[in-house]
Amino acid sequence: MNDTPPAAAILSVADLHVRYGGSHVLQGVTFDVPATGVTALLGRNGVGKTTTLKAIIGLAPRTGRITLRGNEIQSQRTSRIVRGGIGYVPEDREVFGGLTVDENLRLVDPDRGVDAPVVAKLFPDLVGRGDQQAGTLSGGQQQMVSLARVLLRRNDLLLIDEPTKGLAPKLVTEVADVLAEVARTTPLLLVEQNLPLVRRIADQVVVIDAGRVVHHGDAAALVADPALTRELLGVSMRRKGAA
Amino acid sequence: MSDLLLLLVTGLGLGALYFLAASGLSLIYGLMGVLNFAHGVFMTAGAYAGWLTMSDLPQSLPIGARLAVAVVVAVLVGAVIGLVVEVVLIRPLYHHHIQQVLVTVGLSLAGVAAAQGIWGADPRPVETPAWMSGTTVILGARLPNDRFVYIAVALMLLAGLLALLRYTRLGLVIRAGVENRTMVEALGIDVQRTFTIVFAIGGAAAGLAGVLYSQYAGAVSPGQGGSLLIYAFIVVVIGGMGSLTGTAVAAVVVGLVQQLANYYAASGVGDLSVVLLLALVLLLRPSSLKGASA
Repeated sequence: MNDTPPAAAILSVADLHVRYGGSHVLQGVTFDVPATGVTALLGRNGVGKTTTLKAIIGLAPRTGRITLRGNEIQSQRTSRIVRGGIGYVPEDREVFGGLTVDENLRLVDPDRGVDAPVVAKLFPDLVGRGDQQAGTLSGGQQQMVSLARVLLRRNDLLLIDEPTKGLAPKLVTEVADVLAEVARTTPLLLVEQNLPLVRRIADQVVVIDAGRVVHHGDAAALVADPALTRELLGVSMRRKGAA
Repeated sequence: MSDLLLLLVTGLGLGALYFLAASGLSLIYGLMGVLNFAHGVFMTAGAYAGWLTMSDLPQSLPIGARLAVAVVVAVLVGAVIGLVVEVVLIRPLYHHHIQQVLVTVGLSLAGVAAAQGIWGADPRPVETPAWMSGTTVILGARLPNDRFVYIAVALMLLAGLLALLRYTRLGLVIRAGVENRTMVEALGIDVQRTFTIVFAIGGAAAGLAGVLYSQYAGAVSPGQGGSLLIYAFIVVVIGGMGSLTGTAVAAVVVGLVQQLANYYAASGVGDLSVVLLLALVLLLRPSSLKGASA
């Protein structure tokens, strides 16, 4: 394991365990997320990446210690953790399909909704769709709603789970552009399978395998090492996708 | 013709009472996934609160005014009971559905026993304003006035709840919560507080149903809420668990079917027809008349 903890951490996760029934999904996950840049959470399918994000946000039953800016949050409820500064964009978007785009956004920003400046700046495609039911949007547009929704709140850290999953290459590039822009002001903890995107925007990587952290270090160093990438992730960087 | 008109109006009146009873149940299940078997106790509490209020207010007050105060008291009592039950009994049991059922069934049994212990098992007659006991002749049919009251109150409740859901932030959170409670929480919204408010609203609607049903029945009794609850559950299931408009449509259908079957078939066939209707809907359309949406 490459132990290169960043100097300043916004989030620290220590000895995190999650059990679902008889399954011990996370087995003492420990890592820090620096206060700037993008930290990518990588690993093969089913190793516990999504569970790690859910455990941090309080959506999975967990034990261990989680601190945000030095304050312990592991005993807090999800809504309080989010109001405390952690935004969460789930896998599969999870927009409210029966609500309009504007209503989806007004859940977070009751006064502005789709009229919020950040929507026009980062998601111009949504501006004219305020009255459209979110369930009728394309996958890419739903991802934009999901991202916009969380960006309407002040965040100290964003947890983003596979934002490019199932998107066309052009949309992957658009989402990557948005993430790069957001990362200029807000640290991201990003679960992502798309290694070209990781190479483009991530600064740090945390690799999980079988519920444990098996690598923690510089993103560029990992993706530049085909043997290590293949060993840790089971993929080759020659399988390039759009980013 | 006049018979049919009478049956339609009385059926609609019955449907209105069913909607009053089922609306809170539907809201609570839609958002929280709680099958509240104690809803009948909320109705019984509303009925007794109304009866006690009407009895205790000075007889010099017009009976219409006493009934109006009784309705307000019943609504408040229902809301407070709903709030207390949610905070004390339901909140610790979220995600434990079997325990929720056991607790609410237990509460319904305890509520009936408590009412019997305090006021006895026999029905207690309630006063009814003379106008509500009377009839109005329309197209040759002598239509009971009280049914118009139930229909008007049910329409107002439906409009009020739809407006709440459509135009307020609480309604927006409820609609989102019906779709995906977890995601609402993940957006930083305190769903638990919304649960409490919805339970209180459901309790208030039950209190209203209870006091008006006691006017319909002419008496209050410990098992009254439980009897009405059976129809409320049927209406909620037929209408689509958690769908308010579906509940309203189902309440009207159930009320009309019951009334028409009782008249054109035989007395008592109405109840059987309602159960058959429920079975038919579940067989032909398991997702009910309308999918879950507030």
